[in-house]
Amino acid sequence: MRRFVLIAIPYVWLLALFLVPFAIVFKISLSDYAVSIPPYVPKFDPENGLRALIAALDFENFIWLTEDDLYWKAYLSSLKIALISTFFTLLAGYPIAYAMARAPAEWRPTLMMLVILPFWTSFLIRVYAWMGILSNEGFLNQFLMWTGVISEPLTILNTNSAVYIGIVYTYLPFMILPVYSALERLDGSLIEAAEDLGCSRLSAFWLVTIPLSKTGIIAGCFLVFIPVLGEFVIPSLLGGSDTLMIGKVLWEEFFSNRDWPVASAVAVVLLLLLVIPIVLFQRNQQKQQEAGQ
Amino acid sequence: MKRLSWFNAVSLTLGFAFLYIPMVILVIFSFNESKLVTVWAGFSTKWYGELFQNEAFLNAAWVTIKVAVFSSTMATVLGTIAAYVMVRGGRFMGRTLFSGMIYAPLVMPEVITGLSLLLLFIGIGLDRGVLTIVLAHTTFSMCYVSVVVSSRLVTFDRSLEEAALDLGCSPAEAFRLVTLPIIAPAVISGWLLAFTLSLDDLVIASFTSGPSATTLPIKIFSAVRLGVSPEINALSTIMIAIVTVGVITASLVTKHQMVRQKREEQAAERA
Repeated sequence: MRRFVLIAIPYVWLLALFLVPFAIVFKISLSDYAVSIPPYVPKFDPENGLRALIAALDFENFIWLTEDDLYWKAYLSSLKIALISTFFTLLAGYPIAYAMARAPAEWRPTLMMLVILPFWTSFLIRVYAWMGILSNEGFLNQFLMWTGVISEPLTILNTNSAVYIGIVYTYLPFMILPVYSALERLDGSLIEAAEDLGCSRLSAFWLVTIPLSKTGIIAGCFLVFIPVLGEFVIPSLLGGSDTLMIGKVLWEEFFSNRDWPVASAVAVVLLLLLVIPIVLFQRNQQKQQEAGQ
Repeated sequence: MKRLSWFNAVSLTLGFAFLYIPMVILVIFSFNESKLVTVWAGFSTKWYGELFQNEAFLNAAWVTIKVAVFSSTMATVLGTIAAYVMVRGGRFMGRTLFSGMIYAPLVMPEVITGLSLLLLFIGIGLDRGVLTIVLAHTTFSMCYVSVVVSSRLVTFDRSLEEAALDLGCSPAEAFRLVTLPIIAPAVISGWLLAFTLSLDDLVIASFTSGPSATTLPIKIFSAVRLGVSPEINALSTIMIAIVTVGVITASLVTKHQMVRQKREEQAAERA
Protein backbone atom coordinates (compact mmCIF):
# COMPACT_ATOMS: atom_id res chain seq x y z
CA MET A 1 0.00 0.00 0.00
CA ARG A 2 2.78 2.39 1.01
CA ARG A 3 4.69 1.46 -2.12
CA PHE A 4 1.64 2.22 -4.21
CA VAL A 5 1.32 5.72 -2.73
CA LEU A 6 5.04 6.34 -3.25
CA ILE A 7 4.83 5.42 -6.91
CA ALA A 8 1.58 7.30 -7.40
CA ILE A 9 2.81 10.71 -6.22
CA PRO A 10 5.38 11.49 -8.96
CA TYR A 11 3.47 9.38 -11.49
CA VAL A 12 0.22 11.30 -11.17
CA TRP A 13 2.12 14.60 -11.15
CA LEU A 14 3.85 13.82 -14.43
CA LEU A 15 0.68 12.46 -15.99
CA ALA A 16 -1.26 15.59 -15.07
CA LEU A 17 1.40 18.17 -15.90
CA PHE A 18 3.34 16.51 -18.68
CA LEU A 19 1.28 13.97 -20.60
CA VAL A 20 -2.17 15.57 -20.38
CA PRO A 21 -0.87 18.95 -21.64
CA PHE A 22 0.53 17.16 -24.71
CA ALA A 23 -2.81 15.55 -25.36
CA ILE A 24 -4.34 19.01 -25.21
CA VAL A 25 -1.78 20.43 -27.65
CA PHE A 26 -2.52 17.56 -29.99
CA LYS A 27 -6.22 18.09 -29.67
CA ILE A 28 -6.00 21.81 -30.30
CA SER A 29 -3.77 21.27 -33.33
CA LEU A 30 -6.78 19.47 -34.81
CA SER A 31 -9.24 22.23 -34.03
CA ASP A 32 -10.51 25.24 -35.88
CA TYR A 33 -9.33 28.76 -35.44
CA ALA A 34 -11.85 31.15 -33.92
CA VAL A 35 -11.45 34.75 -32.96
CA SER A 36 -13.07 34.38 -29.57
CA ILE A 37 -11.00 33.77 -26.44
CA PRO A 38 -9.88 31.10 -25.94
CA PRO A 39 -9.42 31.21 -29.69
CA TYR A 40 -10.16 27.65 -30.59
CA VAL A 41 -13.22 25.50 -30.96
CA PRO A 42 -12.99 21.91 -29.80
CA LYS A 43 -14.03 19.75 -32.71
CA PHE A 44 -15.37 16.88 -30.72
CA ASP A 45 -17.34 15.99 -27.71
CA PRO A 46 -16.16 13.04 -25.60
CA GLU A 47 -19.78 11.95 -25.19
CA ASN A 48 -20.15 11.11 -28.86
CA GLY A 49 -17.60 8.36 -28.55
CA LEU A 50 -14.43 7.45 -30.35
CA ARG A 51 -15.99 7.00 -33.77
CA ALA A 52 -17.32 10.55 -33.83
CA LEU A 53 -13.93 11.71 -32.63
CA ILE A 54 -12.10 10.12 -35.53
CA ALA A 55 -14.70 11.33 -38.00
CA ALA A 56 -14.34 14.87 -36.72
CA LEU A 57 -10.55 15.04 -36.90
CA ASP A 58 -9.48 18.00 -38.87
CA PHE A 59 -6.02 18.13 -40.36
CA GLU A 60 -6.57 21.61 -41.72
CA ASN A 61 -3.81 23.14 -39.62
CA PHE A 62 -1.28 20.56 -40.73
CA ILE A 63 -2.26 21.08 -44.36
CA TRP A 64 -1.85 24.80 -43.75
CA LEU A 65 1.71 24.13 -42.57
CA THR A 66 2.55 22.52 -45.90
CA GLU A 67 0.88 25.22 -47.96
CA ASP A 68 2.53 28.27 -46.47
CA ASP A 69 6.22 27.94 -47.26
CA LEU A 70 7.17 29.95 -44.15
CA TYR A 71 6.81 26.84 -42.03
CA TRP A 72 8.78 24.28 -43.94
CA LYS A 73 11.42 26.90 -44.60
CA ALA A 74 11.61 27.51 -40.86
CA TYR A 75 11.95 23.79 -40.14
CA LEU A 76 14.67 23.41 -42.75
CA SER A 77 16.52 26.49 -41.60
CA SER A 78 16.33 25.34 -37.95
CA LEU A 79 17.81 22.00 -39.00
CA LYS A 80 20.54 23.76 -40.98
CA ILE A 81 21.40 26.17 -38.17
CA ALA A 82 21.41 23.33 -35.63
CA LEU A 83 23.68 21.16 -37.82
CA ILE A 84 26.16 23.90 -38.67
CA SER A 85 26.38 25.24 -35.14
CA THR A 86 26.80 21.74 -33.70
CA PHE A 87 29.73 21.28 -36.07
CA PHE A 88 31.33 24.56 -35.01
CA THR A 89 30.73 23.80 -31.33
CA LEU A 90 32.57 20.51 -31.82
CA LEU A 91 35.37 22.30 -33.66
CA ALA A 92 35.77 24.80 -30.81
CA GLY A 93 35.09 22.38 -27.96
CA TYR A 94 37.28 19.44 -28.94
CA PRO A 95 40.66 21.17 -28.58
CA ILE A 96 39.62 22.62 -25.23
CA ALA A 97 38.45 19.23 -23.94
CA TYR A 98 41.63 17.63 -25.32
CA ALA A 99 43.87 20.16 -23.62
CA MET A 100 41.95 19.75 -20.37
CA ALA A 101 42.41 15.98 -20.47
CA ARG A 102 46.14 16.49 -21.09
CA ALA A 103 46.56 19.07 -18.35
CA PRO A 104 48.29 18.07 -15.08
CA ALA A 105 45.87 16.14 -12.87
CA GLU A 106 45.87 18.75 -10.13
CA TRP A 107 44.63 21.42 -12.55
CA ARG A 108 41.72 19.40 -13.82
CA PRO A 109 39.15 20.10 -11.08
CA THR A 110 39.77 23.84 -11.48
CA LEU A 111 39.50 23.64 -15.28
CA MET A 112 36.28 21.67 -14.90
CA MET A 113 34.89 24.32 -12.60
CA LEU A 114 35.84 27.04 -15.08
CA VAL A 115 33.89 25.23 -17.79
CA ILE A 116 30.85 24.68 -15.57
CA LEU A 117 30.75 28.20 -14.13
CA PRO A 118 29.24 29.84 -17.25
CA PHE A 119 26.59 27.13 -17.24
CA TRP A 120 25.40 28.35 -13.85
CA THR A 121 25.31 31.93 -15.07
CA SER A 122 22.07 33.04 -16.65
CA PHE A 123 21.67 31.91 -20.23
CA LEU A 124 19.87 35.13 -21.08
CA ILE A 125 22.72 37.26 -19.76
CA ARG A 126 25.31 35.29 -21.69
CA VAL A 127 23.38 35.87 -24.91
CA TYR A 128 22.85 39.51 -24.00
CA ALA A 129 26.61 40.00 -23.48
CA TRP A 130 27.10 39.32 -27.19
CA MET A 131 24.67 42.05 -28.21
CA GLY A 132 27.10 44.67 -26.92
CA ILE A 133 30.06 42.96 -28.55
CA LEU A 134 28.62 42.34 -32.01
CA SER A 135 26.73 45.58 -32.65
CA ASN A 136 28.02 48.08 -35.20
CA GLU A 137 29.66 50.28 -32.57
CA GLY A 138 30.36 47.20 -30.50
CA PHE A 139 33.52 45.97 -28.91
CA LEU A 140 34.47 43.62 -31.75
CA ASN A 141 34.13 46.25 -34.47
CA GLN A 142 36.02 48.81 -32.38
CA PHE A 143 38.81 46.29 -31.83
CA LEU A 144 39.04 45.31 -35.50
CA MET A 145 39.08 48.94 -36.64
CA TRP A 146 41.67 49.82 -34.02
CA THR A 147 43.96 47.04 -35.20
CA GLY A 148 43.35 48.14 -38.80
CA VAL A 149 41.91 44.83 -40.03
CA ILE A 150 38.82 46.60 -41.31
CA SER A 151 38.03 50.23 -42.05
CA GLU A 152 34.25 50.00 -42.05
CA PRO A 153 32.29 48.38 -39.21
CA LEU A 154 30.98 44.93 -40.07
CA THR A 155 27.30 44.21 -39.64
CA ILE A 156 27.23 41.08 -37.48
CA LEU A 157 24.41 41.62 -35.01
CA ASN A 158 21.00 40.68 -36.39
CA THR A 159 22.44 38.24 -38.92
CA ASN A 160 22.75 34.48 -38.94
CA SER A 161 26.46 34.77 -38.09
CA ALA A 162 25.54 36.33 -34.76
CA VAL A 163 23.17 33.41 -34.14
CA TYR A 164 25.98 30.93 -34.82
CA ILE A 165 28.34 32.79 -32.49
CA GLY A 166 25.68 32.90 -29.78
CA ILE A 167 24.89 29.20 -30.07
CA VAL A 168 28.51 28.09 -30.07
CA TYR A 169 29.17 30.28 -27.05
CA THR A 170 26.23 29.22 -24.90
CA TYR A 171 26.32 25.52 -25.76
CA LEU A 172 30.12 25.07 -25.60
CA PRO A 173 30.12 23.55 -22.08
CA PHE A 174 27.64 20.88 -23.24
CA MET A 175 30.19 19.81 -25.84
CA ILE A 176 33.33 20.11 -23.73
CA LEU A 177 32.13 18.03 -20.77
CA PRO A 178 31.21 14.73 -22.50
CA VAL A 179 34.23 14.92 -24.84
CA TYR A 180 36.50 15.62 -21.88
CA SER A 181 35.16 12.70 -19.89
CA ALA A 182 35.75 10.39 -22.87
CA LEU A 183 39.28 11.72 -23.43
CA GLU A 184 40.19 11.57 -19.77
CA ARG A 185 39.50 7.84 -19.64
CA LEU A 186 41.67 7.28 -22.70
CA ASP A 187 44.76 5.22 -22.02
CA GLY A 188 47.84 7.25 -22.99
CA SER A 189 49.90 4.15 -23.66
CA LEU A 190 47.76 3.41 -26.72
CA ILE A 191 48.98 6.60 -28.36
CA GLU A 192 52.56 5.83 -27.37
CA ALA A 193 52.14 2.39 -28.90
CA ALA A 194 50.83 3.91 -32.11
CA GLU A 195 53.77 6.28 -32.23
CA ASP A 196 56.20 3.44 -31.53
CA LEU A 197 54.67 1.53 -34.41
CA GLY A 198 55.49 4.37 -36.76
CA CYS A 199 52.50 6.67 -36.63
CA SER A 200 53.18 10.37 -36.76
CA ARG A 201 51.59 12.35 -33.95
CA LEU A 202 48.86 13.57 -36.28
CA SER A 203 47.99 10.16 -37.65
CA ALA A 204 48.02 8.72 -34.12
CA PHE A 205 45.52 11.39 -33.23
CA TRP A 206 43.30 10.53 -36.22
CA LEU A 207 43.61 6.77 -35.90
CA VAL A 208 43.57 6.34 -32.12
CA THR A 209 42.40 9.38 -30.16
CA ILE A 210 39.44 10.40 -32.31
CA PRO A 211 37.91 6.89 -32.61
CA LEU A 212 38.33 6.28 -28.88
CA SER A 213 36.58 9.53 -28.01
CA LYS A 214 33.73 8.82 -30.41
CA THR A 215 31.14 8.22 -27.68
CA GLY A 216 31.89 11.60 -26.12
CA ILE A 217 31.72 13.33 -29.49
CA ILE A 218 28.34 11.77 -30.26
CA ALA A 219 26.92 12.59 -26.83
CA GLY A 220 28.16 16.19 -27.08
CA CYS A 221 26.72 16.65 -30.56
CA PHE A 222 23.29 15.47 -29.46
CA LEU A 223 23.38 17.60 -26.32
CA VAL A 224 23.92 20.62 -28.55
CA PHE A 225 21.80 19.67 -31.56
CA ILE A 226 18.55 18.75 -29.77
CA PRO A 227 18.04 21.91 -27.73
CA VAL A 228 19.26 24.19 -30.53
CA LEU A 229 16.55 22.86 -32.84
CA GLY A 230 13.84 24.47 -30.70
CA GLU A 231 15.90 27.51 -29.68
CA PHE A 232 14.04 30.76 -29.13
CA VAL A 233 16.15 33.21 -27.11
CA ILE A 234 19.28 33.29 -29.31
CA PRO A 235 17.57 33.91 -32.68
CA SER A 236 15.28 36.56 -31.21
CA LEU A 237 18.09 38.53 -29.56
CA LEU A 238 20.99 38.04 -31.97
CA GLY A 239 19.25 37.09 -35.20
CA GLY A 240 17.72 39.38 -37.76
CA SER A 241 14.45 39.42 -39.64
CA ASP A 242 15.82 36.83 -42.06
CA THR A 243 16.79 34.40 -39.29
CA LEU A 244 14.16 31.74 -39.41
CA MET A 245 13.95 29.26 -36.56
CA ILE A 246 10.96 27.18 -35.69
CA GLY A 247 10.99 28.01 -31.98
CA LYS A 248 10.66 31.69 -32.84
CA VAL A 249 7.92 30.98 -35.40
CA LEU A 250 5.95 29.03 -32.79
CA TRP A 251 6.35 31.84 -30.26
CA GLU A 252 5.16 34.48 -32.71
CA GLU A 253 2.31 32.35 -33.98
CA PHE A 254 1.15 32.03 -30.42
CA PHE A 255 1.79 35.45 -28.89
CA SER A 256 1.50 37.77 -31.91
CA ASN A 257 -0.95 36.06 -34.26
CA ARG A 258 -2.78 34.32 -31.42
CA ASP A 259 -3.43 31.42 -33.75
CA TRP A 260 -3.37 28.64 -31.17
CA PRO A 261 -4.33 25.75 -33.45
CA VAL A 262 -1.51 26.53 -35.89
CA ALA A 263 0.96 27.07 -33.03
CA SER A 264 -0.04 23.66 -31.68
CA ALA A 265 0.38 22.06 -35.10
CA VAL A 266 3.86 23.63 -35.36
CA ALA A 267 4.67 22.13 -31.95
CA VAL A 268 3.45 18.67 -32.94
CA VAL A 269 5.58 18.64 -36.11
CA LEU A 270 8.63 19.92 -34.20
CA LEU A 271 8.11 17.11 -31.72
CA LEU A 272 8.01 14.55 -34.53
CA LEU A 273 11.20 16.06 -35.92
CA LEU A 274 12.87 15.65 -32.52
CA VAL A 275 11.86 12.03 -32.05
CA ILE A 276 14.51 10.83 -34.53
CA PRO A 277 17.56 12.44 -32.87
CA ILE A 278 16.25 11.54 -29.41
CA VAL A 279 15.86 7.87 -30.32
CA LEU A 280 19.34 7.88 -31.86
CA PHE A 281 20.72 9.53 -28.73
CA GLN A 282 19.12 6.98 -26.43
CA ARG A 283 20.48 4.13 -28.52
CA ASN A 284 23.95 5.66 -28.29
CA GLN A 285 23.63 6.05 -24.52
CA GLN A 286 22.62 2.42 -24.23
CA LYS A 287 25.58 1.30 -26.30
CA GLN A 288 27.86 3.42 -24.16
CA GLN A 289 26.49 1.84 -21.00
CA GLU A 290 26.94 -1.64 -22.40
CA ALA A 291 30.50 -0.79 -23.43
CA GLY A 292 31.19 0.56 -19.95
CA GLN A 293 30.14 -2.63 -18.24
CA MET B 1 53.96 15.29 -14.70
CA LYS B 2 54.68 16.47 -18.20
CA ARG B 3 53.99 20.08 -19.08
CA LEU B 4 51.40 21.32 -21.50
CA SER B 5 52.42 21.34 -25.13
CA TRP B 6 52.14 24.72 -26.85
CA PHE B 7 49.10 23.55 -28.79
CA ASN B 8 47.22 22.59 -25.63
CA ALA B 9 48.23 25.78 -23.88
CA VAL B 10 46.92 27.84 -26.81
CA SER B 11 43.64 25.88 -26.91
CA LEU B 12 43.06 26.40 -23.22
CA THR B 13 43.90 30.10 -23.34
CA LEU B 14 41.73 30.80 -26.39
CA GLY B 15 38.92 28.60 -25.10
CA PHE B 16 38.70 30.22 -21.70
CA ALA B 17 39.16 33.69 -23.20
CA PHE B 18 36.17 32.99 -25.45
CA LEU B 19 34.12 31.78 -22.48
CA TYR B 20 34.96 34.65 -20.16
CA ILE B 21 35.73 37.80 -22.19
CA PRO B 22 32.06 38.56 -22.98
CA MET B 23 31.16 38.42 -19.30
CA VAL B 24 34.19 40.48 -18.31
CA ILE B 25 33.24 43.18 -20.83
CA LEU B 26 29.70 43.18 -19.44
CA VAL B 27 31.01 43.66 -15.90
CA ILE B 28 33.42 46.45 -16.90
CA PHE B 29 30.78 48.40 -18.79
CA SER B 30 28.33 48.18 -15.90
CA PHE B 31 30.61 50.72 -14.18
CA ASN B 32 30.51 53.05 -17.16
CA GLU B 33 29.43 56.63 -16.60
CA SER B 34 27.96 57.02 -20.10
CA LYS B 35 24.53 55.83 -21.16
CA LEU B 36 26.09 54.56 -24.35
CA VAL B 37 27.12 51.08 -23.48
CA THR B 38 30.03 50.94 -25.91
CA VAL B 39 31.79 54.20 -25.11
CA TRP B 40 33.81 54.43 -21.92
CA ALA B 41 33.23 57.73 -20.09
CA GLY B 42 34.71 57.14 -16.68
CA PHE B 43 33.97 55.03 -13.63
CA SER B 44 30.57 55.29 -12.00
CA THR B 45 28.24 53.17 -9.93
CA LYS B 46 25.16 55.19 -10.81
CA TRP B 47 23.50 52.36 -12.77
CA TYR B 48 23.51 50.25 -9.64
CA GLY B 49 21.79 53.10 -7.85
CA GLU B 50 19.17 53.37 -10.56
CA LEU B 51 18.68 49.63 -10.56
CA PHE B 52 17.88 49.62 -6.86
CA GLN B 53 15.38 52.43 -7.40
CA ASN B 54 13.62 50.48 -10.14
CA GLU B 55 10.68 48.89 -8.44
CA ALA B 56 9.60 46.81 -11.42
CA PHE B 57 12.96 45.00 -11.37
CA LEU B 58 12.92 44.55 -7.61
CA ASN B 59 9.41 43.11 -7.68
CA ALA B 60 10.33 40.78 -10.51
CA ALA B 61 13.45 39.67 -8.61
CA TRP B 62 11.34 38.89 -5.54
CA VAL B 63 8.83 36.88 -7.59
CA THR B 64 11.70 34.99 -9.24
CA ILE B 65 13.27 34.06 -5.92
CA LYS B 66 9.94 32.99 -4.44
CA VAL B 67 9.18 30.83 -7.47
CA ALA B 68 12.68 29.32 -7.44
CA VAL B 69 12.59 28.43 -3.74
CA PHE B 70 9.13 26.83 -3.87
CA SER B 71 9.56 25.03 -7.16
CA SER B 72 13.03 23.68 -6.45
CA THR B 73 11.95 22.39 -3.04
CA MET B 74 8.90 20.67 -4.50
CA ALA B 75 10.95 19.39 -7.42
CA THR B 76 13.52 17.94 -5.02
CA VAL B 77 10.89 16.04 -3.03
CA LEU B 78 9.09 14.75 -6.12
CA GLY B 79 12.29 14.06 -8.04
CA THR B 80 13.83 12.14 -5.15
CA ILE B 81 10.70 10.01 -4.80
CA ALA B 82 10.67 9.44 -8.55
CA ALA B 83 14.34 8.40 -8.51
CA TYR B 84 13.72 6.05 -5.58
CA VAL B 85 10.76 4.49 -7.34
CA MET B 86 12.76 4.08 -10.54
CA VAL B 87 15.79 2.46 -8.89
CA ARG B 88 14.26 0.57 -5.96
CA GLY B 89 10.60 0.24 -6.90
CA GLY B 90 10.92 -2.95 -8.90
CA ARG B 91 8.31 -3.67 -11.51
CA PHE B 92 5.02 -1.86 -11.60
CA MET B 93 2.38 -1.13 -14.17
CA GLY B 94 3.38 1.53 -16.65
CA ARG B 95 7.02 1.63 -15.61
CA THR B 96 8.19 2.33 -19.17
CA LEU B 97 5.76 5.22 -19.48
CA PHE B 98 6.96 6.54 -16.13
CA SER B 99 10.63 6.49 -17.10
CA GLY B 100 9.75 8.02 -20.44
CA MET B 101 7.99 10.89 -18.71
CA ILE B 102 11.03 11.44 -16.51
CA TYR B 103 13.50 11.66 -19.36
CA ALA B 104 11.34 13.37 -21.98
CA PRO B 105 11.21 16.84 -20.40
CA LEU B 106 15.02 16.96 -20.43
CA VAL B 107 15.10 17.06 -24.21
CA MET B 108 11.80 18.81 -24.85
CA PRO B 109 12.17 22.27 -26.39
CA GLU B 110 11.01 24.85 -23.87
CA VAL B 111 8.55 26.42 -26.30
CA ILE B 112 6.62 23.14 -26.48
CA THR B 113 6.62 22.57 -22.72
CA GLY B 114 5.51 26.16 -22.15
CA LEU B 115 2.79 26.05 -24.77
CA SER B 116 1.36 22.77 -23.53
CA LEU B 117 1.29 23.85 -19.88
CA LEU B 118 -0.39 27.12 -20.78
CA LEU B 119 -3.09 25.31 -22.72
CA LEU B 120 -3.60 23.01 -19.72
CA PHE B 121 -3.94 25.91 -17.28
CA ILE B 122 -6.42 27.64 -19.56
CA GLY B 123 -8.26 24.36 -20.06
CA ILE B 124 -8.81 23.83 -16.34
CA GLY B 125 -9.42 27.52 -15.74
CA LEU B 126 -6.45 28.18 -13.48
CA ASP B 127 -5.51 31.86 -13.35
CA ARG B 128 -1.94 32.46 -14.43
CA GLY B 129 0.36 33.82 -11.75
CA VAL B 130 2.97 32.68 -9.26
CA LEU B 131 1.21 29.35 -8.71
CA THR B 132 1.21 28.36 -12.38
CA ILE B 133 4.90 29.24 -12.78
CA VAL B 134 5.73 27.18 -9.69
CA LEU B 135 3.79 24.20 -11.06
CA ALA B 136 5.53 24.49 -14.43
CA HIS B 137 9.01 24.85 -12.96
CA THR B 138 8.45 21.99 -10.53
CA THR B 139 7.45 19.73 -13.40
CA PHE B 140 10.47 20.26 -15.59
CA SER B 141 13.07 20.51 -12.84
CA MET B 142 11.90 17.40 -10.94
CA CYS B 143 13.15 15.44 -13.92
CA TYR B 144 16.65 16.89 -13.57
CA VAL B 145 16.60 16.16 -9.84
CA SER B 146 15.54 12.58 -10.38
CA VAL B 147 18.32 12.01 -12.93
CA VAL B 148 20.94 13.38 -10.51
CA VAL B 149 19.58 11.45 -7.51
CA SER B 150 19.06 8.17 -9.35
CA SER B 151 22.68 8.16 -10.57
CA ARG B 152 23.69 8.25 -6.91
CA LEU B 153 21.13 5.63 -5.87
CA VAL B 154 22.35 3.22 -8.54
CA THR B 155 25.92 3.23 -7.27
CA PHE B 156 25.27 2.76 -3.58
CA ASP B 157 25.16 -0.56 -1.85
CA ARG B 158 21.63 -1.83 -1.32
CA SER B 159 22.72 -4.20 1.43
CA LEU B 160 23.09 -1.21 3.79
CA GLU B 161 19.35 -0.62 3.51
CA GLU B 162 18.65 -4.32 3.94
CA ALA B 163 20.82 -4.43 7.05
CA ALA B 164 18.83 -1.59 8.57
CA LEU B 165 15.60 -3.44 7.80
CA ASP B 166 16.98 -6.66 9.34
CA LEU B 167 17.94 -4.74 12.46
CA GLY B 168 14.36 -3.68 12.97
CA CYS B 169 14.00 -0.42 11.08
CA SER B 170 10.74 0.29 9.34
CA PRO B 171 11.19 1.10 5.62
CA ALA B 172 10.59 4.77 6.37
CA GLU B 173 13.23 4.73 9.12
CA ALA B 174 15.68 2.89 6.90
CA PHE B 175 15.19 5.57 4.26
CA ARG B 176 15.57 8.43 6.72
CA LEU B 177 18.50 7.01 8.70
CA VAL B 178 20.48 5.19 6.02
CA THR B 179 19.49 6.06 2.48
CA LEU B 180 18.92 9.77 2.81
CA PRO B 181 22.25 10.63 4.46
CA ILE B 182 24.10 8.68 1.76
CA ILE B 183 22.30 10.31 -1.15
CA ALA B 184 22.25 13.74 0.53
CA PRO B 185 24.98 15.28 -1.67
CA ALA B 186 23.01 14.33 -4.78
CA VAL B 187 19.78 15.64 -3.30
CA ILE B 188 21.45 18.95 -2.46
CA SER B 189 23.00 19.33 -5.89
CA GLY B 190 19.65 18.40 -7.40
CA TRP B 191 18.02 21.21 -5.42
CA LEU B 192 20.71 23.67 -6.54
CA LEU B 193 20.27 22.60 -10.15
CA ALA B 194 16.49 23.01 -9.92
CA PHE B 195 16.96 26.39 -8.26
CA THR B 196 19.24 27.74 -11.01
CA LEU B 197 17.06 26.29 -13.76
CA SER B 198 14.10 28.12 -12.28
CA LEU B 199 16.01 31.40 -11.86
CA ASP B 200 17.20 31.17 -15.44
CA ASP B 201 14.04 30.19 -17.21
CA LEU B 202 12.53 32.67 -19.62
CA VAL B 203 10.50 30.70 -22.11
CA ILE B 204 8.36 28.51 -19.85
CA ALA B 205 7.80 31.39 -17.43
CA SER B 206 6.64 33.62 -20.30
CA PHE B 207 3.99 31.11 -21.26
CA THR B 208 2.81 30.34 -17.74
CA SER B 209 2.98 33.74 -16.05
CA GLY B 210 0.13 36.19 -16.01
CA PRO B 211 0.02 39.96 -15.69
CA SER B 212 0.09 39.61 -11.91
CA ALA B 213 3.48 37.92 -11.81
CA THR B 214 6.51 38.77 -13.92
CA THR B 215 9.84 37.10 -13.32
CA LEU B 216 13.22 38.72 -13.70
CA PRO B 217 14.16 36.91 -16.94
CA ILE B 218 10.92 38.10 -18.56
CA LYS B 219 11.67 41.64 -17.42
CA ILE B 220 15.27 41.43 -18.65
CA PHE B 221 14.17 39.98 -21.96
CA SER B 222 11.69 42.74 -22.68
CA ALA B 223 14.26 45.40 -21.71
CA VAL B 224 17.03 43.77 -23.74
CA ARG B 225 14.91 43.45 -26.87
CA LEU B 226 15.07 47.23 -27.17
CA GLY B 227 18.87 47.16 -27.15
CA VAL B 228 21.72 47.17 -24.69
CA SER B 229 21.27 49.20 -21.52
CA PRO B 230 23.67 49.99 -18.68
CA GLU B 231 21.06 49.12 -16.06
CA ILE B 232 20.88 45.58 -17.39
CA ASN B 233 24.68 45.43 -17.32
CA ALA B 234 24.58 46.30 -13.63
CA LEU B 235 21.94 43.68 -12.97
CA SER B 236 23.91 41.07 -14.92
CA THR B 237 27.06 41.92 -12.94
CA ILE B 238 25.25 41.35 -9.67
CA MET B 239 23.95 38.00 -10.90
CA ILE B 240 27.37 36.93 -12.19
CA ALA B 241 28.94 37.93 -8.85
CA ILE B 242 26.42 35.90 -6.84
CA VAL B 243 26.94 32.81 -9.00
CA THR B 244 30.72 33.10 -8.91
CA VAL B 245 30.85 33.45 -5.14
CA GLY B 246 28.37 30.58 -4.74
CA VAL B 247 30.20 28.18 -7.02
CA ILE B 248 33.63 28.97 -5.59
CA THR B 249 32.36 28.54 -2.01
CA ALA B 250 30.74 25.23 -2.93
CA SER B 251 33.90 23.93 -4.55
CA LEU B 252 36.04 25.01 -1.58
CA VAL B 253 33.66 23.24 0.80
CA THR B 254 33.76 20.00 -1.21
CA LYS B 255 37.54 20.22 -1.46
CA HIS B 256 37.79 20.73 2.29
CA GLN B 257 35.50 17.75 2.89
CA MET B 258 37.57 15.58 0.58
CA VAL B 259 40.79 16.51 2.36
CA ARG B 260 39.21 15.76 5.72
CA GLN B 261 37.86 12.43 4.52
CA LYS B 262 41.29 11.47 3.20
CA ARG B 263 42.91 12.40 6.50
CA GLU B 264 40.37 10.35 8.43
CA GLU B 265 40.94 7.38 6.16
CA GLN B 266 44.68 7.63 6.67
CA ALA B 267 44.19 7.87 10.43
CA ALA B 268 41.96 4.81 10.33
CA GLU B 269 44.57 2.88 8.37
CA ARG B 270 47.26 3.77 10.88
CA ALA B 271 45.07 2.69 13.76
